[in-house]
Amino acid sequence: MAFAAPAAVIVALFFLVPLGLSVWISLHHWPLLAGDHTFNAPDNYKAVKDDLFKHAVVFTLKYTAITTVVLSLVAFALALLAQEARRLRGIYRTTYFLPAALGLAASSLIFFALYNETHGPLNDILGATHISGPINWIGTPNNALLSTVAMITWRFAGFYMLILLTGLQAIPGDVYDAARVDGAGWWRTLRSITLPLMRPTIALMMILSVSGSILAFDQFYILTNGGPDNSTVTVVLQIYRQAFFLFDLGKGAALSIVVLVLLLALNSVQFRILRPSD
Amino acid sequence: MSVTTIRSVRRGHSARRVRTGRTVAYYVVSTVLAAVFLFPVVWTTWSSIHGTQATGSGGGGVGVDNYRRLFDYGEGFGRYFANSVIVSTLTVAGTVAISLLGGYAFAYLPFRGRGVLFIAALAILMVPYTTLLIPLYILLQWLGLQNTLVGLALVLIMLQLPFGLFMMRNSFEALPAELEDAALVDGCSVWKVMTRVLLPGVIPGLVTVALFAFLASWNEFVAPLIFLSDGTKFTLPVALVNLRSGTFGSVDFGALEAGIVASAAPCVLLFLFLQRYYVTGFSAGAIKA
Repeated sequence: MAFAAPAAVIVALFFLVPLGLSVWISLHHWPLLAGDHTFNAPDNYKAVKDDLFKHAVVFTLKYTAITTVVLSLVAFALALLAQEARRLRGIYRTTYFLPAALGLAASSLIFFALYNETHGPLNDILGATHISGPINWIGTPNNALLSTVAMITWRFAGFYMLILLTGLQAIPGDVYDAARVDGAGWWRTLRSITLPLMRPTIALMMILSVSGSILAFDQFYILTNGGPDNSTVTVVLQIYRQAFFLFDLGKGAALSIVVLVLLLALNSVQFRILRPSD
Repeated sequence: MSVTTIRSVRRGHSARRVRTGRTVAYYVVSTVLAAVFLFPVVWTTWSSIHGTQATGSGGGGVGVDNYRRLFDYGEGFGRYFANSVIVSTLTVAGTVAISLLGGYAFAYLPFRGRGVLFIAALAILMVPYTTLLIPLYILLQWLGLQNTLVGLALVLIMLQLPFGLFMMRNSFEALPAELEDAALVDGCSVWKVMTRVLLPGVIPGLVTVALFAFLASWNEFVAPLIFLSDGTKFTLPVALVNLRSGTFGSVDFGALEAGIVASAAPCVLLFLFLQRYYVTGFSAGAIKA
């Protein structure tokens, strides 16, 4: 039908064709700039054994685990707070959510300036309040990781709060009334009612957070540039370097096919674990 | 408010004290959190109009020196801003048009391959964007669209289609079926039915799709980083990241902050005005998913 034709053309030309092309490129020696494309399968796929790639996989998984836990807890706390029927609630919600209106690149740049030792205000604040000495925010591998998690939490917590709020609002009020009549306290209500009923929403949040973190690129490219000493190179950053710095599109494509397969597997496992039990 | 007050009076002083304590705690915690969330934005804005460290003229007074240097940076800030406007306009227009037509077709018209096409569009969400970047780079080269804003916009439209088609299909399906039947009986053409009868009903959905497309395309970083090689074509995020890399090892933080503020302002304003549509898009996506 003519009405769906534009959508079909875009999906076919810019999604299905590239998807196939990606497999094709991964089977060839394919330099970025010039030169012949010769069939060399499965040589490109051997790049998964590179030390840098292996390190990137480990780092990305670690980053994903930390980010998902921290982000979920903060977002959940925000949602519970923003859910309470109180004055100024709208203003608080908008404030928590505001960073999500900024781009990930802009957010990374803001924190790049914040974390800078001479320009940024954080160490001045620490000094003035005598909380601690100056911190090298992105100068050591651990600090670089945690500072990035902090930035991502700031950027995404409000976004996930909004997802959780839609789930919270879907819980009928009389369930809570019944619990109150039965004398259930706040903690009991949270554990026995809110969390179980929120399962699909929490599942959605986890899947989005895990997929997003596994594919992390902007934040590490801009904030840490993979440093110090390549300690914060993520899988996607490594693929980018392989393809566009080392000019090897074949290897880059092979590695991204590997990531695609891994991510699909991970998502299907998550769906299975988090699926409502009924 | 009054009901709770009466209740606490009945329960006596200790209950009231607990309630007041909770209220105080709520506002203290919420206000501290709000301050933490606002701080990076406020500080960036504040320092963008203070200090002149790069020119070395000293002083910490209020001024627009940072913005002056920003406007002279590289190809000129105006050029980058204009590039971002072009890419976002093309992406929003394309996404809205294609999603509107496609959403209508998915909702009302039984055509061959309807199910397959819808699943293929949603599958875009399942495939990591990175997997597509390398082949898209080659494909745009073949099409002669590499290093062009049009090529970039086409890729961004593709990325917006899963949400756009899903949203518009649901918007059309939510309209009462009698509306379309009645108009068709009255002898309207399919096109007329769509533009005159159905369009007003799906406007909120369209605004949501447009808003998501704008925010995504305005802020997109990886795609322009890879597809655009010519400095005169750079969009704002790429230009600002180049500014962050500095010249000769020193970063002009003042100009960088001015750039962040100037490039984020349209997003923040649009978001504040259209917040309602953002939240609608959210619940539509989140509940169905």
